[in-house]
Amino acid sequence: MTSVGRDADGTIVSVRDVHRDYPVGAERVHALQGVNLDVARGDYVAIVGPSGCGKSTLLNLIGAIDHPTSGTVTIGGRHVESMSDREATQFRLRNIGFVFQRFYLLPILSAVENVALPMAEAGVQKQDRRRRAAELLEYVGLGGRLRHRPSELSGGEQQRVAIARALANRPSLLLADEPTGELDARTGTEIIRLFQRLNEDGATLVVVTHDEDLASAARRKIHMRDGRVVDA
Amino acid sequence: MRGALAQASLIRHRARTALAVLGVAIAAAMLLDMVMLATGMRESFRELLLSRGFQLRLAPKGTLPFDTDATIPGVSAIIDTLRTNPAISDISPVLGASIHFVGSGRDVSGSAIGIDPAVQGDYELVSGRDLASTDDIVVNDFMWRQLGAHLGDTLTVALGYDPQTRTYSGQRRLVLVGTVRFIYGANDQPGAALRREALEGMGGSGASAGRVLRDRASLFMVRVRNGADAEQVRNWIEAKIPTVSAISIATAIAQVDERLSYFRQLALILGAVSLFVGFLLVTTLVTVSVNERAGEIAVMRAIGISRSHVIQQIVIEGVAITVLGAVLGLGLGLVTARYLNTILSAFPGLPMAIDFFLFQPRAAWSALGLLVVSGIGAGIYPAWRAASLPIAESLRREAIA
Repeated sequence: MTSVGRDADGTIVSVRDVHRDYPVGAERVHALQGVNLDVARGDYVAIVGPSGCGKSTLLNLIGAIDHPTSGTVTIGGRHVESMSDREATQFRLRNIGFVFQRFYLLPILSAVENVALPMAEAGVQKQDRRRRAAELLEYVGLGGRLRHRPSELSGGEQQRVAIARALANRPSLLLADEPTGELDARTGTEIIRLFQRLNEDGATLVVVTHDEDLASAARRKIHMRDGRVVDA
Repeated sequence: MRGALAQASLIRHRARTALAVLGVAIAAAMLLDMVMLATGMRESFRELLLSRGFQLRLAPKGTLPFDTDATIPGVSAIIDTLRTNPAISDISPVLGASIHFVGSGRDVSGSAIGIDPAVQGDYELVSGRDLASTDDIVVNDFMWRQLGAHLGDTLTVALGYDPQTRTYSGQRRLVLVGTVRFIYGANDQPGAALRREALEGMGGSGASAGRVLRDRASLFMVRVRNGADAEQVRNWIEAKIPTVSAISIATAIAQVDERLSYFRQLALILGAVSLFVGFLLVTTLVTVSVNERAGEIAVMRAIGISRSHVIQQIVIEGVAITVLGAVLGLGLGLVTARYLNTILSAFPGLPMAIDFFLFQPRAAWSALGLLVVSGIGAGIYPAWRAASLPIAESLRREAIA
């Protein structure tokens, strides 16, 4: 699993004076208030902090699924805040891998089909994507579960399928939002080990978590409070 | 991939998909039936008029065929005039009258037509033989059953009953030689046919003795040669013979259209309602499905699935429901149309050959095509809505939920 960190040099994520406001009724919520952050290639960063401090908002901005109200977000030298929807979609497809707390696998597809989905969107030939999906599932320890539907897998297995899916198009950045939040301690530990292995194999990871064990496994921990980075 | 995802998504909620398809099928069946009904009688009437190849009917001036008891005088002269036009190939004068079977305890009345068997276009022989002489008569099944007679029986047939003197203007003994099916007649009306000269001979010779039938006809049916313009012939006839109204198929259809316009409008309105109901059904179901999958769609978008992919997938779902429903509705519509046609055709006084519901492939495909287009339209709104959801906001809501 070396493709993720194949060019792990320099800074991959650069967040500069980012603000993100949300309108809530007549008022505005200041989810992020002047956040600055750099993530180097090959790094493994855990963003921690109390609920509502802006961790997920920051992750969404880094993942190009949201735009900052002000400030700049640069991923691999590309400004996310100025991307159109089409550009951002293509950018995510080829450069970002997402892992969510609730796995969000498509229940109608088998494990291998779920992993192959982003590759199909990227135009990878059917045989190639099947082969790579099988390799990725093998990598995350699910070589014997290729044809299983999500409903036939445990929570930990589903999350491993989600991780394999996130790696499908060899992204330069892997983002995870509370990846162990829905898992029991033992399964959570398996996922933590998997992330460590990914990072050792060169992947750049940014993880948002409340899980102390997961945060401790990261190389760097960033604390947030009230929409600000308080300890990087 | 989009098709496979759409298919998998539909299979995921089998019961809901099945109900949606059934709902669309019912709407499609109703739409098809209304389209068949809107044009069925018209086309069926047209086919009926053309069935024996007579393109023109001549009725007494200002009337429709058999609309009144009026007759056209001077049959021989009219035939001679018509024969001068080389575009006319056949002329079939038809005389209509009410007849009564008298004596032998029989008291059966009905309508009779006097025709020339060589060129008649009013009936088809069912059993026995056709009229060979002026002593022969053929009857339809309904009258045959009322008479309780057998082929070969001699019957006394009277015409022109005068209630004041309780006498008939004429009587004749005729041999029942066959049973027939009247093309323009109703199932439940007793009818008979005999040679026109026989019927004429039974009419009175003066006004006091009932209807004068000598050298008269209620109607002429005129067959135009292949390649000739029926409308030109019609105009020629009206100019040459001022005592008749020449009615072409187009004129007759126009008159039928006028009489059936409310009926047709009602069918079209109901058809439009069916189409709209089908549209709403698919829109509602696809919208519900999309709302349920908002988080899933947001995740698809987050991992790089394009907006157009999401739209296509959801539109395919709507189209699949509509197409399946339309195919099922086609069968359902044909079955219900057949059943309803049987009921409606049994209405008294209607020609047997008239169909209320007539399957016309072009109209049916157009209606079902319209339904499929509406299915595409029905999928577009929810698809666009799903694809336009802000990803981060949807994920946040999903997490809170």
